[in-house]
Amino acid sequence: MTDAPLLKVRDISKFYGARIGCQNVSFDLWPGEVLAIVGESGSGKTTLLNCLATRLMPTSGSVEYRMRDGQMRDLSRMSEAERRFLMRTDWGFVHQNPADGLRMAVSAGANVGERLMAVGERHYGNIRETAGNWLGRVEISVDRIDDQPRAFSGGMRQRLQIARNLVTAPRLVFMDEPTGGLDVSVQARLLDLLRGLVQDLGLSAIIVTHDLAVARLLSHRMMVMKDGVVIEQGLTDRVLDDPREAYTQLLVSSILQV
Amino acid sequence: MSTADLATYNFAYLDEQTKRMIRRAILKAIAIPGYQVPFASREMPMPYGWGTGGVQVTAAILGPKDVLKVIDQGADDTTNAVSIRAFFQKVANVAVTTKTREATIIQTRHRIPEERLTAGQTLVYQVPIPEPLRFLEPRETETRKMHALEEYGLMHVKLYEDIARNGHIATTYAYPVKVEGRYVMDPSPTPKFDNPKMHMSEALQLFGAGREKRIYAVPPHTEVVSLDFEDHPFEIQTFDKPCALCGAENVYLDEVVLDDRGGRMFVCSDTDHCEERCSAGHRGHLAYDKEAAE
Amino acid sequence: MPTPLVVSEVAKSFTMHLRDGIRLPVVSNVAFSVKAGECVVLGGPSGIGKSSLLKMVYGNYAVDSGQILVDHEGRLVDLATADPRTILAVRRATLGYVSQFLRTVPRVAAVDVVAEPLTARGVAAAEAKATAEAMLARLNLPRELWQLPPATFSGGEQQRVNIARGFITDHRILLLDEPTASLDATNRAVVVEMIAEKKAAGVALLGIFHDEDVREKVADRIVDVSAFSPRKSAA
Repeated sequence: MTDAPLLKVRDISKFYGARIGCQNVSFDLWPGEVLAIVGESGSGKTTLLNCLATRLMPTSGSVEYRMRDGQMRDLSRMSEAERRFLMRTDWGFVHQNPADGLRMAVSAGANVGERLMAVGERHYGNIRETAGNWLGRVEISVDRIDDQPRAFSGGMRQRLQIARNLVTAPRLVFMDEPTGGLDVSVQARLLDLLRGLVQDLGLSAIIVTHDLAVARLLSHRMMVMKDGVVIEQGLTDRVLDDPREAYTQLLVSSILQV
Repeated sequence: MSTADLATYNFAYLDEQTKRMIRRAILKAIAIPGYQVPFASREMPMPYGWGTGGVQVTAAILGPKDVLKVIDQGADDTTNAVSIRAFFQKVANVAVTTKTREATIIQTRHRIPEERLTAGQTLVYQVPIPEPLRFLEPRETETRKMHALEEYGLMHVKLYEDIARNGHIATTYAYPVKVEGRYVMDPSPTPKFDNPKMHMSEALQLFGAGREKRIYAVPPHTEVVSLDFEDHPFEIQTFDKPCALCGAENVYLDEVVLDDRGGRMFVCSDTDHCEERCSAGHRGHLAYDKEAAE
Repeated sequence: MPTPLVVSEVAKSFTMHLRDGIRLPVVSNVAFSVKAGECVVLGGPSGIGKSSLLKMVYGNYAVDSGQILVDHEGRLVDLATADPRTILAVRRATLGYVSQFLRTVPRVAAVDVVAEPLTARGVAAAEAKATAEAMLARLNLPRELWQLPPATFSGGEQQRVNIARGFITDHRILLLDEPTASLDATNRAVVVEMIAEKKAAGVALLGIFHDEDVREKVADRIVDVSAFSPRKSAA
């Protein structure tokens, strides 16, 4: 871990008219750190994620990101071109529904290769080789490289989406319920894969989930949101083993034990 | 010309305000090579798909002294070419020709003449779909942003898919080009054989898409580069035989079916070019056969 | 002798919001320290808060007040107030923990579970794996289990994986929550031996041992947790 945060979030609020999306959220994210944002539907966690990832413009507050050259940049003051460039090189965004993050009518290889081509890679053979390697890393057989994700199962699609995001070696990945909508056994495999990738690549990640088991397995730190406000945050096992707020205690006690 | 003949129409069909509007779009297009300029496309007395964009561009730039040539797939004598030529004869009373060299304005559907165009000539393309990125990104809001920010990775995704599926870039027409190192442009459904002719052309090239309401341009002496991969470079089509009628090589050939027993021949798609060569005494192998039979 | 772990004036209670907000005091005025090379055992009847105390030291439980001072890479860190990032750094380099139960991760082989604390500290994968295998061999875990994920192992087998994982590093402080609970006599003896080695290496150990035999063999000192219990002070 280096000595400067990767992301500095200060007093982020988002209002939809009079309704609160999220309010006064502040935190630092450090390199290599995985932060889980948990809460039930409507708690504002996805709104917060979208504000951080510049997919939504926050009503107030600031988000600063440390660029590869070490400079802290205020995301809201960046040009759209710079933001979009950041999004497809140094960042990743994994959607809950893989169809939102993939090109469904384009082969798996091209889905993975697109970011490379977007940053100027112009050698077909190299692009294909890199795409093949990444398919391997997310446990998709390389002989599926020319198949379209339409022909893939839900779990495969999600793994493909992850490969597509990681191919440019981003430093920060946003994930919105990455295991939502998957069968439990498929979820376990995906979680383990994500855990391994995050560790091997030293990724920083912000993961929105309503599943505390996902948070436990993947994150170092977590924030609990309710009604748009962060009500509790801290080390993941501290929050889960010793929840202090009434709502967090309710969440933790609501987990089904197998 | 008698005034009675023109009583019903303004010169070149469109009213002057409309022509000015189109000319402004054209000027803007010339100023930003390859950029698609929106314009208020008018209803024309022909269906969309018949070249309403090209016709409006031609109508806006046509003057009484111009000499017009219209080709469809390289031929002067097909329905689309004949109709549009007749249209402008009727509404503008301009001189028409089939000879590339004599024309000041050439409206074309799907070909660039074989004969090198020269300074002072204008080539007007009829364009069905002006947006090269639409194949992979259907949202117009997004494609306009991509052009604005020069995000063209998607174009290569299309070419990648081609190679992955066919082992080579199988796009043979509407092959995307980058204009003056900036905008990626769809050269309309011309065969990629013609792409190199666009590069540093002495003629002005204008593109009109009527249904899509877009005009774009490649001014003379502009760099036009076909997109490709380092290990799969751009190549034009080659033909293993010369034209069956005029013996021309290194030209674009059409396949013509001769009978119902599989007989066929390959002849110049550019009919004017072929006729010129024939009258200059060049002969292909079928031309010899014909003479021998006679 | 350096004292890498000092606990002072620590108090902890649970507020049970789901049970009308009743407040359950756990401990208060906790004060003790562990020297390098010493094994301090937390004593007292069950339910008195021994495990809770261990979890506070590891950072799993928050404390209401007081200090938990740890010598982390030459500087003092108060775990009671440290931010998550600091606690993680302390856990990675200074503070090890062998819990009572193994939290299994799907699909990860036993040997990799054991090697992980080393690789997390930057040890080369092959070297970490070799060390992990040596640990598992010493704890008599059948070789055919090494490559399997421990989820389906018996309690004793899981516990040995857990111990190997906890003992593999050279952390200066090691917390042990009933590491021998589900072990047979042979493996208990191995663990006792391993604890003695840690002591000899100058590691400060803090543990809970219900097995009297083991406790007598490893404990240098017993800290009676009931002394900190409100139940006692109420009495």
